[in-house]
Amino acid sequence: MSQEVAIVGIGYTSFRPLTPEVSYKELVYEAAVKAYEDAGLDPRSDVDSIVSVAEDFTEGTSIFDEYVPDQLGGMLKPNVTIPGDGIHGLATAYMQIASGIVDVVAVEAHSKASNVLTLPRITAYAMDPVLNRPLRANPVFIAGMEMNRYLYTSGATREHCALVVAKNKRNALLNPAAAFGAALEPDQALDSEMVAYPLSVVDISPHADGAIVVVLASAEVAQSLTDVPIWIRGIGWCNDSPSLENRAWGRAIYAEEAGRMAYRTAGIRNAMDEIDLAEIDDAYSYKELQHLEALGFCEYGRGGFLTADGVTEIEGALPVNASGGSIGGGHLLDASGLRAVVEVALQLRGEAGAHQIPGVETGLAFGWRGVPSTSGAAVILSS
Amino acid sequence: MAMRKVAVVGAGMTRFVRRALETGKELSYEASKMALDYCDLTLDEVDCVVHGTAPDSFDGVHMKGEYLSDGSGAWRKPYTRCYVGGGTGVFAPIHGWYHVASGLFDICLVVCEEKMSSCQPHPQGAFLTIFDHTTERPLKPNLLWIFAMEMNRYMHTYGLKKEDIALVSVKNKRNAADHPCSLLGDANITLQDVLNSEVLAWPVQRLDVSPVTDGAVALVLAAEHVARRICDKPIWIEGVGWNLDTAYWTNRDLCYPRYVEKAARMAYEMAGITEPRKQIHIAEPYDPFDYKELHHLEGLMLFDRGKAPEATALGITQRNGDLPVCPSGGLLGVGNPIAAAGLMKVAELFWQLRGEAGARQVPGQPRRGVAQAWGDLMQVGTVAVLGV
Amino acid sequence: MTVKIDKFPGVYLHESDFEQGRVLYNTWDPQAQYAWDAGIAIGRYLSELKQGHLVGVRCNQCRRTVVPPRAFCEWCFRPMDDWVNLPDTGTVNTFSLCYVTWDMQYLTEPQIPAVIDIDGTRPSVGIMHLLGDVDPKKVHIGMRVQAVWKPEEERTGSILDIRHFKPV
Repeated sequence: MSQEVAIVGIGYTSFRPLTPEVSYKELVYEAAVKAYEDAGLDPRSDVDSIVSVAEDFTEGTSIFDEYVPDQLGGMLKPNVTIPGDGIHGLATAYMQIASGIVDVVAVEAHSKASNVLTLPRITAYAMDPVLNRPLRANPVFIAGMEMNRYLYTSGATREHCALVVAKNKRNALLNPAAAFGAALEPDQALDSEMVAYPLSVVDISPHADGAIVVVLASAEVAQSLTDVPIWIRGIGWCNDSPSLENRAWGRAIYAEEAGRMAYRTAGIRNAMDEIDLAEIDDAYSYKELQHLEALGFCEYGRGGFLTADGVTEIEGALPVNASGGSIGGGHLLDASGLRAVVEVALQLRGEAGAHQIPGVETGLAFGWRGVPSTSGAAVILSS
Repeated sequence: MAMRKVAVVGAGMTRFVRRALETGKELSYEASKMALDYCDLTLDEVDCVVHGTAPDSFDGVHMKGEYLSDGSGAWRKPYTRCYVGGGTGVFAPIHGWYHVASGLFDICLVVCEEKMSSCQPHPQGAFLTIFDHTTERPLKPNLLWIFAMEMNRYMHTYGLKKEDIALVSVKNKRNAADHPCSLLGDANITLQDVLNSEVLAWPVQRLDVSPVTDGAVALVLAAEHVARRICDKPIWIEGVGWNLDTAYWTNRDLCYPRYVEKAARMAYEMAGITEPRKQIHIAEPYDPFDYKELHHLEGLMLFDRGKAPEATALGITQRNGDLPVCPSGGLLGVGNPIAAAGLMKVAELFWQLRGEAGARQVPGQPRRGVAQAWGDLMQVGTVAVLGV
Repeated sequence: MTVKIDKFPGVYLHESDFEQGRVLYNTWDPQAQYAWDAGIAIGRYLSELKQGHLVGVRCNQCRRTVVPPRAFCEWCFRPMDDWVNLPDTGTVNTFSLCYVTWDMQYLTEPQIPAVIDIDGTRPSVGIMHLLGDVDPKKVHIGMRVQAVWKPEEERTGSILDIRHFKPV
């Protein structure tokens, strides 16, 4: 799938803890206007199809897809909503174009997490209604249990996780769109308050609001629109068991499988050699390490050591979450994966500003849908 | 560029019931297993899974697609849920179609499930939250309101009477008497029964509307080279189309579903259909209310605007008529587990075109059919054309 | 269904199965609470309602004047140009006489939801609201109606600041 479909337009708002001045429609409109301007397209005449990602309960509206088309210029066009990560939406758009039925697709994802007053209760509502929910526990315990098992089996330590927190918050200081940049020392991170042992408060990415629109086009259209198309070189996604009782707690098998499919479709044999940067889900600090390993950048249990050696710093051999990720940028619910895509695409274009990594040609973005899911999606982009 | 051909090679469905013993996962499993058994495939041979299901508030599970994934056979497979409200049931095979047509996968399992009975005291409570949270929800709207208002507008525009519309309900409930999975099949129902049923939201009466239902349906889709190997008579997905109108539904004229027409034009163009009235032999338009079948037949351009009721009165849409419409019994007869009901229509085309519909079989060896679903705030059209 | 299949899964439960404890279940209240940001357009709409005014917006490109207000034109995909004060009168575009509540309890007097095309919009477009002070039998499409406002001190900046619309 080397040069079939490319990213030709990118638009996003800054990511902020609160956005009381705009409705979700107005927030998305801002990102859409920027994306179409970037692509040089008029959505009413030039865009064939719209893909959005959203979940009803995080919007507070049932059948939320009703409210999608207007702010994207998608009225009376093909529209579909994928209740999945932004990269699942990207995959959907890719398939629509690769099938030959459309040429230009806009993919949208947003977060208005600040409007949800009972987010932990809603996350709890995603657990099995009969087997798990009656325990009436804050679902963050799932991440705590997983982290505990992961540290136990992999040999990674809480110190390694603290390094991830410090790195991503520091990187975010260089990214004007990021909400939670800070010059935090790893020791400070280690000493922070425990939420669900061994997960502390800074191990958890805080939520932010924001909207992202990415425009994809077929090769022919892409080449007519831009000199710097960012090609979708490989894509993969996978679900492991939704059951808390039957999953492999120490490993992120969904990420292993999603990565395997992405590498297969991209023709990549050695991730570390062939990929220049990665933006991978860090909803919780340990997830960055676990996902790094699952995606084949190093062996199981080596992610923490790689981080300690500085390999994943902006100046390192494989910069990871140079944007600040979710820990530094804010967790955008299902838009988080699409934010990773935007960062990789900007880096490959050489438009990442203060956190630009020099000379990058191929990058990977990976999104995970958060607890209690085992749902992940990966995409490999090349300039 | 020639598109990759994709066929339906297997279908399965559960009974549609008011309240099922099975959980949503179990219903999904039963339908999926039946569809795989139908074409002698095992789950190992399935490359990817697509799920369709309507609001999470029915099953009472947030991120319901994730919850239902293992019941749908998606364990350690590429899996996504797609969502266009009530239009989801016909959209799910479209979503599956481009999984295969893109060249990424050869075999795709498409599963649609609905467990509406979980929502208590009544799923109408979930429908309350489909309205705009600021400009409409404070009025405490009932879902029936907007459809009653659309029906009223349709009747007013074309000078139609309740009798003209209720015939659809009679036809579909009678057709469903031949469907082994039906909830409401009734071979003896009369026009008077419908007209005398209690008024819910005038002009909508009890028997004008399909009920809350539990159920699941699954299809297996395959790329051409696989389909020809494993299936004696693959049914090809010849055309797909989908379309969404603006959310500002009070700013639209509700007498005509232009979004259905747009979706139909997209599907017909792909299928090479230039004269739908001659080239389509069976229609399964979405019929959660009786007037919707008429509305959609017009949107699908199978009849002129305002003329579908006349065609119904003339018997053209009967199972043995010139254009059989909802030979399955539709949502009014078989039941309305939202996304599963839409996919049931596509499954019906599969069985009809293969000549396996038993007592429901449309005479004359039909070669091409159209299935359509609709939803959201009266704004989604999803259309699939299937052919031999 | 198909002639090839003779047995279909799906077990039908009856009310008595629950009453007599033959099937088990558990319950859950999702406790989903939200505070939706009204934003620029709807924020102003609500504050004007509080003052007893109905306002719309105008797009100079497609020359529409629409209500409820929106920050951008969904037809032209550009920002709306002007705020327009609208009269609180209009015409019934369509209506229903609804005898059931959202949880299917029966009502003896129907609720009358309607789409009311607001005067001064172009092309004529409406909002959803309720009709009141009217004999249900006399409601018809094309009926002229006017908003009945709550007294100023009871208005909160909500669509409910209009109690209902009544015949003119």
